[in-house]
Amino acid sequence: MTAADVAKVARLARLDVTAEELERMTVQLDGMLEHFADIDALDLHTVEPMTQPYPLVNVLRPDVVQPCLDREEVLAAAPSAEDGRFRVPPIIGLDL
Amino acid sequence: MSAHDGLPGDWILVVGLEVHVELATNTKLFSASPNRCGDEPNTNIDPVTLGLPGALPVLNEHAVELAMRIGLSLNCTVQACTFHRKNYFYPDMPKAYQISQYDQPLCVEGYLALPGGKHVGIERAHMEEDAGKSTHVGGSGGRVHGATHSLIDLNRAGVPLVEIVSKPDIRSAEEARQYVSELRAILVAIGASDAKMEEGSMRVDANVSVHKPGTPYGTRCEIKNVNSVRSVGRAIEYEARRQVEMIEAGEKVRQETRHWDENDGRTHTLRTKEDADDYRYFLEPDLVPVAPSHEWIQRVHAALPPLPAQRREHLAVMTGQSADSEAVMSVVERGQDHYVLAVGHLGGDTARALVYVKEAFADQGPDPAVPAIDIAGLTNLEVEGKVTATQAKAILADIIANGGGDAAAIAAAKGFEALDTGALESVVDQVIAEQADAWAKFCAGDGKAMGAIVGAVMKATQGKADGKLVTALLNQKKASRP
Amino acid sequence: MGIAETVAQVKSGAVKADFLFEQKLALIASRYTEIHAFNHVMADEARAAAVAVDEAVARGDDPGPLAGVTVALKDNMCTRGVPTTCSSKILEGWRPPYDGTVVSTLKTSGAIAIGKTNLDEFAMGSSTENSAFGPTRNPLDTNRVPGGSSGGSAASVAAGFSDVALGSDTGGSIRQPAALCGVVGVKPTYGYVSRYGLVAFASSLDQIGPFTTSVADAALMLDVIGGHDPLDSTSIPQAHPSLVDVLGQGVEGLRIGRITDLPEGADPDVQERLEVAFDALRAQGATIVDVQVPAFTFGLTAYYLIAPAEASSNLARYDGVRYGLRVEAADTNAMYGATREAGFGDEVKRRIMLGTYALSAGYYDAYYGKALKVRRLIHDDFDRAYQQADVLLTPTSPSVAFEIGSKGDNPLAMYLCDTYTIPTNLAGHPGMSVPYGTGAHGLPVGVQVLAGTLQEPTMFRVAASLERSLA
Ligand SMILES: [Mg+2]
Ligand SMILES: [Zn+2]
Repeated sequence: MTAADVAKVARLARLDVTAEELERMTVQLDGMLEHFADIDALDLHTVEPMTQPYPLVNVLRPDVVQPCLDREEVLAAAPSAEDGRFRVPPIIGLDL
Repeated sequence: MSAHDGLPGDWILVVGLEVHVELATNTKLFSASPNRCGDEPNTNIDPVTLGLPGALPVLNEHAVELAMRIGLSLNCTVQACTFHRKNYFYPDMPKAYQISQYDQPLCVEGYLALPGGKHVGIERAHMEEDAGKSTHVGGSGGRVHGATHSLIDLNRAGVPLVEIVSKPDIRSAEEARQYVSELRAILVAIGASDAKMEEGSMRVDANVSVHKPGTPYGTRCEIKNVNSVRSVGRAIEYEARRQVEMIEAGEKVRQETRHWDENDGRTHTLRTKEDADDYRYFLEPDLVPVAPSHEWIQRVHAALPPLPAQRREHLAVMTGQSADSEAVMSVVERGQDHYVLAVGHLGGDTARALVYVKEAFADQGPDPAVPAIDIAGLTNLEVEGKVTATQAKAILADIIANGGGDAAAIAAAKGFEALDTGALESVVDQVIAEQADAWAKFCAGDGKAMGAIVGAVMKATQGKADGKLVTALLNQKKASRP
Repeated sequence: MGIAETVAQVKSGAVKADFLFEQKLALIASRYTEIHAFNHVMADEARAAAVAVDEAVARGDDPGPLAGVTVALKDNMCTRGVPTTCSSKILEGWRPPYDGTVVSTLKTSGAIAIGKTNLDEFAMGSSTENSAFGPTRNPLDTNRVPGGSSGGSAASVAAGFSDVALGSDTGGSIRQPAALCGVVGVKPTYGYVSRYGLVAFASSLDQIGPFTTSVADAALMLDVIGGHDPLDSTSIPQAHPSLVDVLGQGVEGLRIGRITDLPEGADPDVQERLEVAFDALRAQGATIVDVQVPAFTFGLTAYYLIAPAEASSNLARYDGVRYGLRVEAADTNAMYGATREAGFGDEVKRRIMLGTYALSAGYYDAYYGKALKVRRLIHDDFDRAYQQADVLLTPTSPSVAFEIGSKGDNPLAMYLCDTYTIPTNLAGHPGMSVPYGTGAHGLPVGVQVLAGTLQEPTMFRVAASLERSLA
């Protein structure tokens, strides 16, 4: 894993890492991935991925309304609110 | 050339449509707060909708059933499916991921038949959650650019959506319009959605490309923000011409997302695929697969109401019209076909009823507030020649205004009382006698003279005469002159 | 005194819940900063709950199956109106508007929730040193760690601050600190206890479980908090048989598995206690059988690809929009970057980065996808082993509690603490740590009992027998 990879991942994860952190993380993450190469020796071609520890299907909920949270309580816990809504800085660099 | 929608030369237009529809459920896709628009901002919220730490999604059974209805109506295979997380940051996406379906959607491989008969392939129809709404403050016209800040309302966040992805089978803007109207009609008919494009409960994105015969498909652009059936056609026509002009000028079409601007009638670059999103899809660990049983699918299938195409066919047969005639199309679209058929069941004339309903019931919903028996009475009065078409129209207006009424009684009150053929004939004879000059000219083939005679008959009968019948009588008398 | 006895006394009116609570509160106060088990003590809420229990008793109403039992909650469980921080600056001061399912279950059971315990930030760590609010110290030796990530909960029970505690276990975060603090810690089968209201670290691995001073207490706690929850889609849709009822059944005829290809690395003092445990069970009529779990050794890698991948997604919601920390910036994107950079600690950032990378375009198959296949291998290897053995016995932690700061800045060294606990989470199986004497420096050693899916009753029979063998 190169410093450029780490920088790209930091952007994807929305972490403004510092130059010092970037350097340190590159070394650490690269070291980890090296350690994690132990599974490369395994033949996994015929192995099905396991995503669910306990297999269940069709867990469904009836379409019945339950009480909502109180807006004032929720907005009071928000960093910024206005007109009953969450307030954020201008949305640029993101699509419409 | 008309076959290819006004594109110059032998350019071929290729369009695929992605349609998002909000499902008509009581609650959200993964939580029990109301799925309802128009409420005060941030009132339909719960821990799941807000993406609060610790909140977990639980799938709405009715949403699955509506999604199945959509798939079955579009001739899709309904299959076992899973949910994935699509990871991206946006302030109206509370968890910073959208729960959607990825490689195993609920419905696959179907088609939608356009009214003219052409099949447009359906690649998939999958379930996913909607995002909230952002309002941009301080910029011009609520646009992002120039805004000082934005406000987030999460009432819509988590509303169940079905995304219907067509194959790139559409070859003209007109076909695209037909596809969208037909899809809308189906969605409304099966109760899956109110499918209102203007209100955003149905949203259309168009993938547009152009190419020459015998060459691979061109680079496609995705057009967003198309808010009416009319704009679907306009946006595609504009975009196709833009691409052809670019290529003919030696430029290359870039793969990008473009925004349709209703005001200037153009598409504008939104973002290019170079800053391609990396959504890091992975299976949603908080949900389990949905595997509808054969019995469940059968039950949903059996409960489907007749689809618009079947209803048009039926109405056409019952009224003697063609299934894609304007009257049949619009009456079925308004859901008033059952009303026309009810008039028939009550002994009325369905063909006349179709005309009345098409012309006079545009403002009424699927269940017009007029007893069908009254319309049946009116059709019969007209068919039996007891009132003229003009008189029938006046009676119909009266019936609608009063929410019902006996056609014969109204006709009597209006003095439309039967001017039967015998009575009319004696008036005609009298006019011929009085207007010998005009009659002679008419018999010599002067068309204008007929107008004068008919006008005189009308005057003498105070408008109660049926114009068509008068003309017929005059022609008959001309032919049987000694 | 076990909690069953406490409940009986409170219900009979022989002792007041309020009195028991005030005793605990005084004990907490006497060692509050020394141990730093708690991020927040719920003194007012707990007092009110204790008084309510006493009033119910006075009225002749049933105060519930945990009447008067004091419980400490790991600070990653949502408590309505009470700060829930995950020991992270990004959630500092956040008061959830709802109770998690276990929290409401405890309330209706008459338990007294006395506080929110310290943890490694977002449960990422094995020592509770990664807390934004400072480390928790091991009550048995305050120069040492209590283990982690549920270190505060383990310390609370070990120090007697609460009768019991709840923790969460994603890769060993209940069992390892239980071992290091000399208490019982259980990670049930995935889906046994509702995760609703547990702040997610890695959704397919996280499970809530109890810390207690006895196996019987752990059984009672699980009997109360276990069971189906319609708010958690992964919750097992059935009632679980009582664990309290099986405790006396012994191990006669049970097959106890020794994993012959277990990764090496356990200290000799730890290994020695494990041998004593095998002997004790054999003496009580169990058979010891050798089994192999070849993929066990790949657990660490699979875990450190899967857990960070899920975490990178689970922790994306901390974006400064709706709750928690925000660092203001010129636009939303800049606000995200600045908020998350300032709000998360090093280990959390490291794992978010690792997980984002493992899922990103072009790397999914090589990392996350491959790890899911290894997960299957581990699961299947365990299942084969459970055809030969009813339970497996391993060390819980490779060593006794280590000194604060001794793992330095080496994340991998810390990760190795969970070598023996991680594979169980990947398989979705239950596991528990039973304190089994002491090792180096007179510090406690835990023995880990592992069992197959929903084999908690057998696991508890073995744990209870181990406990009896020490008496
Ligand atoms: Mg799409
Ligand atoms: Zn979509």
